[in-house]
This record gives sequence, structure tokens and C-alpha cells, in this order.
Amino acid sequence: MIELEGLTKRYGEKVAVNDLTFTVRPGIVTGFLGPNGAGKSTTMRMILGLDRPTAGDVRIDGTHYDRLKDPLTCIGALLEAKGVHPGRSAYHHLLCLAQSNGIPRRRVHEVLDTVGLTAVARKKAKGFSLGMGQRLGIAAALLGDPRILMFDEPVNGLDPEGIHWIRTLMKTLAAQGRTVFVSSHLMSEMALTADHLVVIGQGRLLADTSMADFIERNSRSYVRIRSPQRERLLDVLHRAGITAVESGNGALEVDGSKAEHIGELAARNQLVLHELSPQQASLEEAFMQLTAESVEYHAHADAPVPRQQWGDGWKRG
Amino acid sequence: MAAAQVVRSEWTKIRSVASTVWTLSLAVVVTIALGMLISALSRSEFDGMGARDRLSFDPTFISFAGMSLGQLAMVVFGVLVVSNEYSTGMIRTSLAAVPQRGTFLFGKIAVATVLALVVSLATSFAAFFLGQAMLGEHRASLGDDGVLRAVIGGGLYMTLIAVFSMGVATMLRSPMLSLGILVPFFFLISSVLGYVDATEEVGRFLPDQAGSRIMQVVPPVDDDTPYGPWGGLGIMALWVVAALVGGYALLKRRDA
Repeated sequence: MIELEGLTKRYGEKVAVNDLTFTVRPGIVTGFLGPNGAGKSTTMRMILGLDRPTAGDVRIDGTHYDRLKDPLTCIGALLEAKGVHPGRSAYHHLLCLAQSNGIPRRRVHEVLDTVGLTAVARKKAKGFSLGMGQRLGIAAALLGDPRILMFDEPVNGLDPEGIHWIRTLMKTLAAQGRTVFVSSHLMSEMALTADHLVVIGQGRLLADTSMADFIERNSRSYVRIRSPQRERLLDVLHRAGITAVESGNGALEVDGSKAEHIGELAARNQLVLHELSPQQASLEEAFMQLTAESVEYHAHADAPVPRQQWGDGWKRG
Repeated sequence: MAAAQVVRSEWTKIRSVASTVWTLSLAVVVTIALGMLISALSRSEFDGMGARDRLSFDPTFISFAGMSLGQLAMVVFGVLVVSNEYSTGMIRTSLAAVPQRGTFLFGKIAVATVLALVVSLATSFAAFFLGQAMLGEHRASLGDDGVLRAVIGGGLYMTLIAVFSMGVATMLRSPMLSLGILVPFFFLISSVLGYVDATEEVGRFLPDQAGSRIMQVVPPVDDDTPYGPWGGLGIMALWVVAALVGGYALLKRRDA
């Protein structure tokens, strides 16, 4: 279990992590989602005691990280930056970590086997591809057979086979009753692996919810309508008690009504429709919406227009 | 025992990178080879020397002439042992494994220091014997007064140079910055300060000048150095302690 309480990190004026309070529980995969620069990596470094919090507290199974005896046997982490000396072999990299925590040498061979690096164990890490480097980092995380695992963007640089492997690995680890905390900036990735979601943007907690709940609330359907007689259409809809929302490009979006119903309504009023299509909001869209205000680096062209009424209901704090 | 685990781990780290081998080999080869060359040249020049120069002719010190260059390889060794962690990002992995930063730092420095000491002592003895062989009839013998002290002192001097560099590199983190400061410091500043009387006094208290006093067996004529061989090494040791304390204090409170 990882418990964060009011965790805050300031770099001068800039607040990288702002008053984060949440708990990562055992037995499930908890996804840590946020756009680039949201503060995910900083949070993870504070969990590992690498960065000192400006305020607040974080505990691993009730203990501060630097109080853990042989921390690698309690929590294993894959950090975003490689953290491997390129001139050292994979074997020696893992061996020096094992020795520092009193882990038997046999485990080094075991984890090398688990991640499929046995054949290149004696090769220097500088010759490794991005994917191999990622596997070596995962091997280091698994080394101490820890109850808690933390992965910062683990699928980065992995090929499809590697991505499938890491997904299965995370689910297996959680099924064994371990705490699995994994960060990503991709909603689609999280939807496939995470049971629980913690979403942050600009260092602030935006959501702390179960994946099922998130999907239920966000995969709502709506109808998109486009018409040259937009004003009259709005009028007709209004009189029928249907609320339409502008979605940009002159289109209207209607929640909670059937396309058939709107089509008949338009026909009865002799309105021309250029589009009448039932839509399903994707989770990716829901995530972008949630973090829209907090994205630090906007790509300005074709930025999605936020629809304000979404997501507010389950925002916390 | 946590400290023993860290020492074992750091030994694995230090022996599994190529830079350890090449920096230490370079220190050995340069110190011995240059010492032999200068010894051979001194022997042929001895006949042309004035009485005063002959009086202060110090065959032991001459055989250590290669250290002026060899110590730079020791500087590089000391810097790389520490700053490799930072330049590769390994420091995060290391501190996640050993969050007690004092144990981590001093475990690493202990391992590197013992290794440097073994190599330095071997180098010092080899440089002495091979240098004396080059000096022919002007040679000193290990049994002569103060010679054994100077030879062991030479090994300690090289070791302290390496440890001082480790302390500075812990403070500065970047290998380029550390080398950019340490190399001129040991190679230029001391001799530049020696040009002017006023600054010469200051220069004497720099780690390399104070420390190298221990390698002298025959002091120069009208020598007015305010400290003896061990006093000089003590001054150098204080510099080393200061660098280590500074490094530890920064590592302790810095984000990794």
C-alpha cells in the first residue's frame, strides 16, 4: 500500500505536485494518468524518497521510504529515466542492486529469465534497444520480489509483443495480491490494464475512481446534428424540451435522446439535416476533457473544444 | 548488516566498468614511466650540477616526478567513480536501493579508496625501485633515513588525491565540471601561486603542495616550509575531509 497525504513539490514559483492525497491499494492495478508534465514522475520520485516533498507525506506500508530495511524487497520501481550505467552489463547492474539489499545472486538469473534478457546478460547496457533497456528496468524492479511495484511509463519504447507482455505481467502481479502502481499518459493503455484510476493534471488530483466507474460515467452516447437551419433547429429542440450543446464546426450535440426521435422531429418541422449521427464518446476523449484545463503544453491547432458539463460530477476536491 | 551489503554492491559496481581499469592503469604507467625518465635524465645531469644543487639532490623525490602527471589520472578515477552515477542516471537506481545516503556515499568512497590505496602503494614502490635503478650510483635505498616514509607517503598522497576528487565530484555531480576545476587546480594553480612570494605562502597550504612534502627526503637548502612531512599530509587530509563533508551535506539535502 502506498499512502500519499497532501504531497506537494514546489520548484521555486512552480508547483509541480499540488496537495496530492490518495492511496494505492494492493491486489489491483492502479493507473496513474495525466498529460506530460502533470507531475507523475515527480510524485513517483517522492514516493521513492529521491525528491524531498515541500509539504505533505508519503508512506510505504505505513513507513517512510528511507526507514525501509532493504527497500528493494518491499517496493520495486521502474523509473522513466533509464538509470543504468551504459558501460555495465545487465548482469552486473542487477548484481550490484541485489547485493546492496542482501538479495541472493540466484534472483538475478531468475529475473533475467523472466524478462527474457538471459542471452544478453553479459552485454553492456549501451548496446540495448529502448525495449531491452525497459526490460532491464523491469527486471530490477522485480529483483527483490517486492509486495509493491511501481512503473513509470512502462510501455514506452516497447514493441507490440513487449506491450502485451507488460500488460499481462502487471495483471499477474496484481492477481498475486501485490500493489501495482503504473503511470501513463495514454488513457487507452490504462483502460486495458488498470482496475483503478488516479488522474492528475498540473500536479492536482482530478479523479480517484474505479475504472468501471470511469467507463460508466464517460462512455455515454450522444447524437450529433448538423443543419443549415441551425437557429430554427435549436428552436424546435428547445420547444421539445431537448437541450443541445454546440460542439464547434457548427454542429450540435444532444445527450440522452435517440437519433430517431430527433430525425422525426426535424421531418415534422421540415428541417434540412446534413448530419444526424449517434456518437459514442471515447475514454481518450473523456480523459482529454478532464485534463483540458490543466494541460501544460497545448498543441494549438485543432485543439478539442471542451464541453464543460462533462466530468464535473466525479471530480474530487 | 547494511554497510557490508553496500560495500559488496559498490565493489561490484567499480569492477564492472571499464573506466576503473583504464584510469588506474594510466596512473600506474604514467607515474612509473615518467619517474624513470626523469630519474635517468637527472643521473646524466648530476655531474653538471652546482654544489648547492648536489646538496639538495633528493633521489627519492626525483623517482616520484611522474606523480605530477600520474595524479591527474587519479583525479579522473576519483571523479568518474562518483559522477558516473549522475551522468548515467544510475544515482536514482542506487539511492532507491540504498536510501540511507550517508551509508551509500561512504560505502562507495570506502571501496574506491581501498582500491586506490592498493594501486597507489604498489605504484609508489614500483616508481621508487625503478627510479632508483635509473639513478645508478646516485640512488637512495629503502633503508635510508626517511625513505620508507616517503615511499609509503607517496602511496598515501596519490590515494588522498583520488579521495579529494571524489568529494569534489559529489559536490559538483557533473564529471566535466569536476574535471574542469580539479585538473587546473592540481596542474596549474599551485605552480602559478609559486611565482609570487605573497601567494607562495598560500600555495603551500593547497592539498597537493602540502601533501607532496611527505615524499621529500632531502629538503631543499634553506627550506622554510612551516610544516613537516606528516604535518603536510595532515593539511592535505583536512582538505579531503572538507571535500567529503561538503559532498555529504549536499547529497543529504539535494533531490536526486
